[in-house]
Amino acid sequence: MIEIDGLTKVYDTTTVVDDVSLSVEAGEVAAVVGTSGSGKTTLLRMINRLVEPTSGTVRIEGRDNREVAPYELRRHIGYAIQGHGLFPHHTVGRNIGTVPKLLGWDKQKIAARVDELLDLFQLDPAHFRDRMPHELSGGQKQRVGVARALAAGPSLLLMDEPFGALDPIIRAKAQDDLLDIQRRLGTTIVLVTHDMDEAIKLGNRIAVMDEGKLLQYARPQDIIAKPATDFVEALLASGERAFRMLSLTHVDELVEPGAADGEPIAGTASLREAYALLLWTRRDALPVIRNGEIIGRVTRAALDDKAAAPQ
Amino acid sequence: MKWALGLRLVAVVLLAAFIFAPEMFAPVFAPLTQFGAPPIYTQSAILDLTLSHLMLVGAATLAATILAVGLAILVTRPFGAEFLPLSRSLANIGQTFPPVAVLALAVPAMGFGAGPTLVALFLYGLLPIFENALTGLESLSPSVREAARGSGMTGLQRLVRVELPLAFPVILAGIRLSVVISLSTATIGSTVAAKTLGEVIIAGLLSNNTAFVLQGGLVVGVLAVLIYDGFVAIEKIAARRMGQSVPGTA
Repeated sequence: MIEIDGLTKVYDTTTVVDDVSLSVEAGEVAAVVGTSGSGKTTLLRMINRLVEPTSGTVRIEGRDNREVAPYELRRHIGYAIQGHGLFPHHTVGRNIGTVPKLLGWDKQKIAARVDELLDLFQLDPAHFRDRMPHELSGGQKQRVGVARALAAGPSLLLMDEPFGALDPIIRAKAQDDLLDIQRRLGTTIVLVTHDMDEAIKLGNRIAVMDEGKLLQYARPQDIIAKPATDFVEALLASGERAFRMLSLTHVDELVEPGAADGEPIAGTASLREAYALLLWTRRDALPVIRNGEIIGRVTRAALDDKAAAPQ
Repeated sequence: MKWALGLRLVAVVLLAAFIFAPEMFAPVFAPLTQFGAPPIYTQSAILDLTLSHLMLVGAATLAATILAVGLAILVTRPFGAEFLPLSRSLANIGQTFPPVAVLALAVPAMGFGAGPTLVALFLYGLLPIFENALTGLESLSPSVREAARGSGMTGLQRLVRVELPLAFPVILAGIRLSVVISLSTATIGSTVAAKTLGEVIIAGLLSNNTAFVLQGGLVVGVLAVLIYDGFVAIEKIAARRMGQSVPGTA
């Protein structure tokens, strides 16, 4: 659990982060959204003290983050950044083992951990362990970057636009993988992004920042339903509100008994995808498939209901 | 590529042969002499002169490397940033001050021999190494720098594990420039009685013996080319490991 209280950063005369308070529950993903210059990255960097706050406190699991030396603090907080920041002169294995080595783990333990993480990120250890970063594709580098951040098993992971450099298809896959891994490890994540779609997809809670101020901090459905200010509404591109609402829910949750004709949809797909398929194929219901079996259907009427503004 | 390697191999063999048994080459240099002057310099053994020449250059470059890289590290730390302009101008003065003048000034203080030459080469070699070390340390990608800090490395760990290894190819290129300049500049050390290959050239000038001048010049020249190539090869290996191209060589 992280508690940020009255955090402020002033450079000369400009206030970059202005009295921000928020807390993130253990095991949750908090997405901080804002335009560039909104102070979101500075806020993130004050958590692991890459930037020292002008005033205010950050408590991680109840402990003030100023209790230990900055480098000591950072070894226990995962940090993944845009453009991955892999060390180009170290192999993939050595990159992933960076923090464990700083923590003084023995060689065998590090090697075992590296292989475990490569497996977790679907990179064959035998094939990738001794590769150099420049031999990897963009998506692979990004995965290695996140694996490195998780190497010492931190309970908190900070991510600064981690998927910013990826093309849309790889990005969607990387986001799914991150969620999957996050659920498995129970890591608390604070993620900075300028992309509201990404925030909605990944965040249990979304913090919207503008000009250093925290405008709203709420669950995605609340942000979509009741944006606190015009800026939040603009960021949401309110014309797409109904579709964003749909994207929050999986088909699984709306399955009802009954039959339907035509191409089925997976239970793990979002309602947004289901709605698009309904429109495209001029149908009123879709069969829903899970593990290769038809388990029921999802109807247009049910989707309409989900897409409407909450009363 | 093949013939270039062959050419270098031939150069190495010829150079070694000349250094170890210069008399073998008497017929080659004989046409350049007049009035029955000796075609091969024999006052000192070419081998001794070559070794002493290399040692002078090596010692001066080593000292220059330690100081220049040390200064570059210092001025790229937060606490040393204000010394950057000062150290830059110091290195520049070292480069612009003619080595001959350094010799002339150093002889009264240090006497004749290797000392003044060492000082001149040292001062002259500082700038290329310093500038390259500075470039190497400053041109580190911001995301790599950020990752090193973010993963919890201390300042020293960042320097030793990330910054210096990544700057290594560029620093090496600076040392290469410095060594090549020093190899040729060292010859003038013989004007103040340092034992270098310049002795052969000066003897040739004094006795109007073109053969001496040529053989002294050739040995220094071939040495410089071979050492230059050696450095480039190491730089390429180091840079290729990181997937970079070598700065300064296409």
